[in-house]
Amino acid sequence: MSEPIKKFLYLNRRAPYGTIYAWESLEVVLIGAAFDQDVSLAFVEDGVYQLTKGQDTAGIGMKNFSPTYAALGDYEVKKIFVEQESMTARGLSLDDLQHLTWEDEDEDYAEKDSIQVVSRAELAALMEDADVVFSF
Amino acid sequence: MSTLHTVNKSPFEKDSLGTCLDFAGSGASVLLIEDAVYGGLAGTRIAPRVKAALDSVKIYVLGPDLAARGFAEERLIPGISVVDYAGFVDLAAEHAKVQAWL
Repeated sequence: MSEPIKKFLYLNRRAPYGTIYAWESLEVVLIGAAFDQDVSLAFVEDGVYQLTKGQDTAGIGMKNFSPTYAALGDYEVKKIFVEQESMTARGLSLDDLQHLTWEDEDEDYAEKDSIQVVSRAELAALMEDADVVFSF
Repeated sequence: MSTLHTVNKSPFEKDSLGTCLDFAGSGASVLLIEDAVYGGLAGTRIAPRVKAALDSVKIYVLGPDLAARGFAEERLIPGISVVDYAGFVDLAAEHAKVQAWL
């Protein structure tokens, strides 16, 4: 029996490490990836901090889960939206974030960018379009 | 002896840092830990407020929390100092009391 594919949007609004939300979201995304749905991730407000490159948690005794984001492409999670307004408010640019990619098997496994920078208005439309929004 | 204020919340999520800076007396020290380290970064929406506070208070950032979040010390607002855990202890010992802004 095949269920209709739903559009899942994971909404990430928290910074990593200070609370457990970012890590929990990532775990749910990875578990959910097994269910063959149309998955999108959105990073808004402090959520954009989850994707910064160069995270080194050796000094705080916590697991550095940031390398896991690079594995999302292997789980067919290839739509990652980062809100421009949130980056601007925090003095961040795309250069501060990890370069996340996925391989397109229809194009001889060409590597493609997963991250798309979108405006708040564009993100609002994506939320509107989603069947389910998971908030973290 | 003055007070050491600690802040651990992101300034974009809650105004603990702003409230702390409003209350902190001249000569006090403010230590940014956990998600509050984002408040020490240059070029952010709240950086002007933090920069202005440096005229009357000393501001420190806990280095391991900054590194965990992927930022180099060079990204901090000039005038902010970085301390490690031993430095945190020294600051606590040097001040009359520690007041936490959660």
